[in-house]
Amino acid sequence: MIPTPDLSHLSTKDYDLVYEPAEDTFLLLDGLEADLDALKAAEPRICLEIGSGSGCVSAFLSKILGPSSAVYICTDINPHANKATRGTGRQNQVELDPVNAVFALPLQQRLRGSVDVVLFNPPYVPTSFEEAQMSQNQGNIGGAWAGGWDGMEVTNKFLEQVEELLSPQGRFYLVALKQNNVPEIRQRMEDIFKLHSEVVIERRAGREYLYIIRFTR
Amino acid sequence: MVRLITHNLLACHVKNCNANNFPLEFQNVQLEIREAEFNPEFVKGFLPKIEWKALVDTARQLGDTSLPNEQPEMLDDDFLKNLHHVLLEIHVEEGSMVCPNCKHEYPISSGIPNMLLAEHEIA
Ligand SMILES: C[S@@+](CC[C@H](N)C(=O)[O-])C[C@H]1O[C@@H](n2cnc3c(N)ncnc32)[C@H](O)[C@@H]1O
Ligand SMILES: [Zn+2]
Repeated sequence: MIPTPDLSHLSTKDYDLVYEPAEDTFLLLDGLEADLDALKAAEPRICLEIGSGSGCVSAFLSKILGPSSAVYICTDINPHANKATRGTGRQNQVELDPVNAVFALPLQQRLRGSVDVVLFNPPYVPTSFEEAQMSQNQGNIGGAWAGGWDGMEVTNKFLEQVEELLSPQGRFYLVALKQNNVPEIRQRMEDIFKLHSEVVIERRAGREYLYIIRFTR
Repeated sequence: MVRLITHNLLACHVKNCNANNFPLEFQNVQLEIREAEFNPEFVKGFLPKIEWKALVDTARQLGDTSLPNEQPEMLDDDFLKNLHHVLLEIHVEEGSMVCPNCKHEYPISSGIPNMLLAEHEIA
């Protein structure tokens, strides 16, 4: 068992503004841990997390791969999340590089075909279109979960962009909810982008049934 | 912290700004130097991803003249250590980055670059 990163520097006040690690976060950690040998063997140099929130997942990845063996770039639309991510890196003796951005938009040009590990635990909860739209524009805490009508409105946009980022041996880990229609997501990525996928791990957590999907070329 | 490794990966993404939109130019910067563990394997592995001229010019602009104009063929330890320092130990804490083409200014505050755009600027 690899320990969960130390988050003791974050308080309930921080979690009013930034997504607090929850079952979905921990399932992603478990999925990464299950893939540990293959991840290490690929010797990733560039890791990118979209929507890093507290920074918990990237800090974990950096711990398991070795802080000095890769660069860990973390984007989020919420500036409080960027700060928390930076702090979580330092609390855990790893350097995370936060960028306040939508998906990887300012990195897309330079990172084409270069990213070895992409992580995204997206806002996946079904909400009204307006709620998702507003949270996206404001970059507030609502942006942590509001996913539009099928919970996929935000994720779908990134699914259009991720293939272009992946290196030849790149891996993309996505968190999804049962209602997001996991078989459809996988089929679509195969049909449009020829990305193969596997469910690394799945689990019921309270009312949610969650999946970690891994996409590769 | 905007480290030069990150800076070397960021480009302007304002709508229709897709030529001469890299590298962004630092302005009014405050720097901090923080030591990072030297891993020659990482530096060598990252080398092919670097836009070399952008990195050298930016480092010089920030006062670090340790890198040669051309990437050397022999990667000795001295070179790799200098490159390690430039990529990973120089942190831009405050200031901004300006697009050489459209002049859009991306502010940096407490080491975090704000790359968000207003609705009308989005591609
Ligand atoms: C469910 S939370 C996950 C946070 C963290 N990665 C974790 O697993 O605990 C989703 C995160 O994505 C961010 N986010 C939402 N839409 C985004 C977008 N378009 N681009 C980048 N980040 C986004 C939110 O601000 C939030 O921090
Ligand atoms: Zn521009």
